[in-house]
Amino acid sequence: MERVETSLTFDLAECSVTDVNRRLHALTDPAAVEILHPLGRHNIACGLNAALDVHVRGHSGYFTAGMNQHASVTVHGNVGWSVAENMMSGTVRVAGFASECAGASAHGGLLVIDGDASSRCGISLKGGDIVVGGSVGHMSAFMAQAGRIVVCGDAGAGLGDSLYEAVIYVRGRIQGLGADAQVEPLGDVDRQALVELLGGAGRDDDPESFTRVASARQLYHWSPDSERLAGAAHGDG
Amino acid sequence: MAMAEPGHGAEPRWPGEVSHHYDQATLDYIQRAAETGVYDIRGLGAKRRVPSFDDLTFLTASMSRYPLEGYRERCSTRTVLGTRRAERPLTLATPITIAGMSFGSLSANVKEALGRAATDAGTSTTTGDGGMTPEERRSSKTLVYQCLPSRYGFNPDDLRRADAVEIVIGQGAKPGGGGMLLGLKVSERVARMRTLPAGIDQRSACRHPDWVGPDDLAIKIEELREITDNRIPVFIKIGATRVPDDVKLCVKSGADVIVLDGMQGGTAATQQVFIEHAGIPTLPAVRQAVSALEEVDPGREVQLVVSGGIRSGADVAKALALGADAVSIGQAVLMALGCNSPSYVRDGERVDATADYTRLGTAPGHCHQCQTGLCPVGVTTQDPELEQRLDPEWGARRVRNYLATLTMELATLARACGKSDVHHLEREDLVALTVEAAAMAGVPLAGTNWIPGSEGPARSG
Repeated sequence: MERVETSLTFDLAECSVTDVNRRLHALTDPAAVEILHPLGRHNIACGLNAALDVHVRGHSGYFTAGMNQHASVTVHGNVGWSVAENMMSGTVRVAGFASECAGASAHGGLLVIDGDASSRCGISLKGGDIVVGGSVGHMSAFMAQAGRIVVCGDAGAGLGDSLYEAVIYVRGRIQGLGADAQVEPLGDVDRQALVELLGGAGRDDDPESFTRVASARQLYHWSPDSERLAGAAHGDG
Repeated sequence: MAMAEPGHGAEPRWPGEVSHHYDQATLDYIQRAAETGVYDIRGLGAKRRVPSFDDLTFLTASMSRYPLEGYRERCSTRTVLGTRRAERPLTLATPITIAGMSFGSLSANVKEALGRAATDAGTSTTTGDGGMTPEERRSSKTLVYQCLPSRYGFNPDDLRRADAVEIVIGQGAKPGGGGMLLGLKVSERVARMRTLPAGIDQRSACRHPDWVGPDDLAIKIEELREITDNRIPVFIKIGATRVPDDVKLCVKSGADVIVLDGMQGGTAATQQVFIEHAGIPTLPAVRQAVSALEEVDPGREVQLVVSGGIRSGADVAKALALGADAVSIGQAVLMALGCNSPSYVRDGERVDATADYTRLGTAPGHCHQCQTGLCPVGVTTQDPELEQRLDPEWGARRVRNYLATLTMELATLARACGKSDVHHLEREDLVALTVEAAAMAGVPLAGTNWIPGSEGPARSG
């Protein structure tokens, strides 16, 4: 990161999330920001649009760092639903665990979750990258369109349901694949991606230990058969 | 119901041969289902007869009230949306707005024409599934940016550029259903905007990816306010089904404006069974929404925008009299642009398009083949040649004229009711022509003081 001239500290025990966000939105140059006593509040550090280095010292609620652009946001605790939702660029790191829909519809940037992520991690992903140190819950990567998701632990049921062009890498056990998701052999592009993403997350797991999951592309052109295929995958066909 | 294939059976010899239950359209439907194993997908809204604003009429001024001069006396049409929380509510010159329709279902020329017309008319237009195009932003003074379940192209830069944000929960043509754009319309540009491979049949999500239920939605709305520094209003759009509950939950979730879309509302592509058999008509939906608002928001801080089959100044006036603050129009502005017209205009000359309708198996006046992307008049298309059939400047003039006509008709009825502001129209000014409409709208059947289903004391006639 560039040389930082500005350093700011906010204490959410004494001011509102809105106060903090408005100050951060007004910043255009790089700055180091400390946010103390987040107390599980929602919408902390959302809508950032500058090369800020933000540290949230504790647990935060829903939509932490939502729609992030350019900033690096680290939460030293757990986060609620939809951390880094619709992120465009930058990096969001959760040192603890993440609740549901982590990284939902992220178009860019890197989301790193050191612990586990709950269900629907990477839902509707549109080009962002996600690295989860632990496991992810059911229906992760649902309808994910582009981008990469690395799961160093296990994946819950319905992984990659209705996937488009996003790719998932899982090191542990996959409880079950969703409609139109399939296991594929690891190629050179995948190995490079894993080295890059794991490195970016500060991890050194062996790329060869991961399984690649991608779309079988059987639902791309709708037909009565594709509708039955999707139904069958959910046991209702 | 289904598009009739001619030639099934001879002319009936006596009426007893014709089945009401298994009429020709039903026979065609059954036979086509048996042949193909696929449901019908089509565009536009519910086509069957449902109780509507046509079933209401105004009690204009006479002895007991006096009217305003039709041309001379002022009748305000100014409309403000988003007064509850946002720092910059929308101030519009007319309560008639343009509904959300996607780039993808419509061409860039059409989006530009709508933006220009809305700007000239002093009203707002709305993006759709697939994001905001630069053409649309440039041409629209007041642009409402939709936040849809798919989140195609949704980004914070466009959000900050928007004049309002509309969280779409559902739409009247298919409440509970997601979007559908068949491969023919997924051009390179559309695909890029939606982060999808070109040419695939694209089925967008029916649920939002990052929240579930009204308690989450309240937090989502706060997030959108945080990101925009609470500058712009937050709308919620719902399809009309369980209207009283849904409207109250919209208010509780923190919406500034509720957009309520009845079952006559349009779509670019949806299963026919969904279009015709889900949701309630716009008429009862308005009444239920207004009652719900009166209960939970008696000061009416939250504005109500009604859509779904609004065609005329009379429809607008009746929606306002029932308690709406504004309306929004989708299908009818497309018709103003030439939808279902036998011809289009090129270099100032009318060019016949009936052969293109025939190729789609339809005819002008019957067409609902928006899903094919082969719109004979260049409205619902991504085809580079077909889209040239709609010149944005010509289109903008047509829509501007149409909006001006509706606004004048609205003011005509308001003045005749003695109102110096169209928002002063009230339920008292209306009676119903059918028992059904009286019950649904909560106004008396004409010539009686009877409001079917009303538990309160009858209104004196």
